Amino acid sequence: MTTAKIRVRGLRKSFGGKRVLEGVDLEIMPSTSMVVIGGSGSGKSVLVKCILGLIEPEAGEIEIDGQDILELSRADQEEVRGRMGMLFQNGALFDSLQVWENIGFGLIARGKSTRSQARERATELLTMVGLGAGVRDLYPSELSGGMQKRVALARAIAAEPDILFFDEPTTGLDPIMGAVIDDLIMELVRGTGSTTVAITHDMASARRIGDSAAMLYQGQIVWTGPATKLMNSGNPLVDQFTHGRLEGPIEVEVSRE
Amino acid sequence: MPGQRRHRKRRNKSHTTVIAPLDFLAVTGRGLLSACQTTGSLALFALAGLTHLVRPPFYGRVFARVMLQMAYFSLPVVALTAIFTGMVLALQSYTGFSRFSAESAVANVVVLSITRELGPVLAGLMVAGRVGAAMAAEIGTMRVTDQIDALATLSTNPMKYLVAPRLLAGVISLPLLVVVADILGVMGGYIVSTLKLGFNAETYLTRTMNFLEPMDVISGLVKAAVFGFIIALMGCYQGYHSRGGAEGVGSATTSAVVAASILILGFDYFLTEMFFAR
Repeated sequence: MTTAKIRVRGLRKSFGGKRVLEGVDLEIMPSTSMVVIGGSGSGKSVLVKCILGLIEPEAGEIEIDGQDILELSRADQEEVRGRMGMLFQNGALFDSLQVWENIGFGLIARGKSTRSQARERATELLTMVGLGAGVRDLYPSELSGGMQKRVALARAIAAEPDILFFDEPTTGLDPIMGAVIDDLIMELVRGTGSTTVAITHDMASARRIGDSAAMLYQGQIVWTGPATKLMNSGNPLVDQFTHGRLEGPIEVEVSRE
Repeated sequence: MPGQRRHRKRRNKSHTTVIAPLDFLAVTGRGLLSACQTTGSLALFALAGLTHLVRPPFYGRVFARVMLQMAYFSLPVVALTAIFTGMVLALQSYTGFSRFSAESAVANVVVLSITRELGPVLAGLMVAGRVGAAMAAEIGTMRVTDQIDALATLSTNPMKYLVAPRLLAGVISLPLLVVVADILGVMGGYIVSTLKLGFNAETYLTRTMNFLEPMDVISGLVKAAVFGFIIALMGCYQGYHSRGGAEGVGSATTSAVVAASILILGFDYFLTEMFFAR
């Protein structure tokens, strides 16, 4: 049996008395893609940020290739996390840097290439995400939302990470552009054999990019299964969520004051 | 029912008035605790920023950009402030000192006030408004748009990349600006004294240099370095800890300028006492 690429056990995190993660258990096999669904504020982003080391969890284990990274020294943690990439929800491009500097940022920071090499690599990556070399010297603010997302994707895959995280890759895009981004993700990631974790509440996107899926509800994983089963999982929580029904076990918190 | 509800409301009100004196203590305590907490986290933040200054990698490109922002583009503002301050200082001290026939001290008053006090303080306040605000806004925007998290995912320590170069730029750029402010401030006084108040140009300059000691200028430059550090620290700290979208960035910017200005004036007193009080 192969070891899971990512194994999360009993992960807990709360913010100022509000418990967000209450013992999350999740396993993701190598070279597969996992889609995590869940309502807004259900802690999906927090889960990913814990794995990325942006947030420190209160309790639990995060194993990468069978190694609990929370027990490693700081330098070793950085080493492991250097092999991860992340596509942020709104791109999070550095707006003081040109497009090519954004894409090459990780390569230069890790000492993998000089500035001129990074510039050439950025041009290649831009072609891969379907953008011309013309945008290379522009600033992120001069690009449309879809183009920014593509540049952010190029930046995330630039260093060919083992593990890639996508935070709502299609949110804020029109359905066609959403499909284009999903296509790019599939095309670019599948070939490299990297493991991916995507957070989304776009069901169409979830079925396109996911092998397996998990649902996070009230700080715990309540269901895991193949992504194709999302729309008819047999789990009342998942079914209500994926079909967007108002009636069901999930209580929608709408304050009426 | 409505009557009952009203009744309950009234009772609630009287309930709060009973514990009001204790509330006051609680508010004071909370304020004190949060002040201690802020001081502590500010000190840790400054320490973290400073330790990154001596450990590679170094981001020269960022440093150069911040230096340009902080020193070069602040020149016009600082220059105008210094010239007008020198001018008004000459005029005020002349008209004031003439009441006891001490007009001849104008040159000394101008040069001592500018180098020891007004140069660093006014330049500091102007730069706090210009650059401290810009730093808080830039870093705050980076925080709320996930750019700081993105830095971390690209193997770059945000403290090292964003904060350390700015602290260094603050410490270096403000003394440079104050050198300019000193020269232009004295020049402002000289212009008004010679063209308007009828001083002899040569005598005025001799008097300016006569009683000026190196320590006057040096103390001003040391003050400037401290103020520059304060400006950069408050800008970075407030920006780094901003929360909640555009409004959060706005309040971070305000806090950065207000806190830096007050700290500049406070530290000004203590530094003056350190240098000159015997």
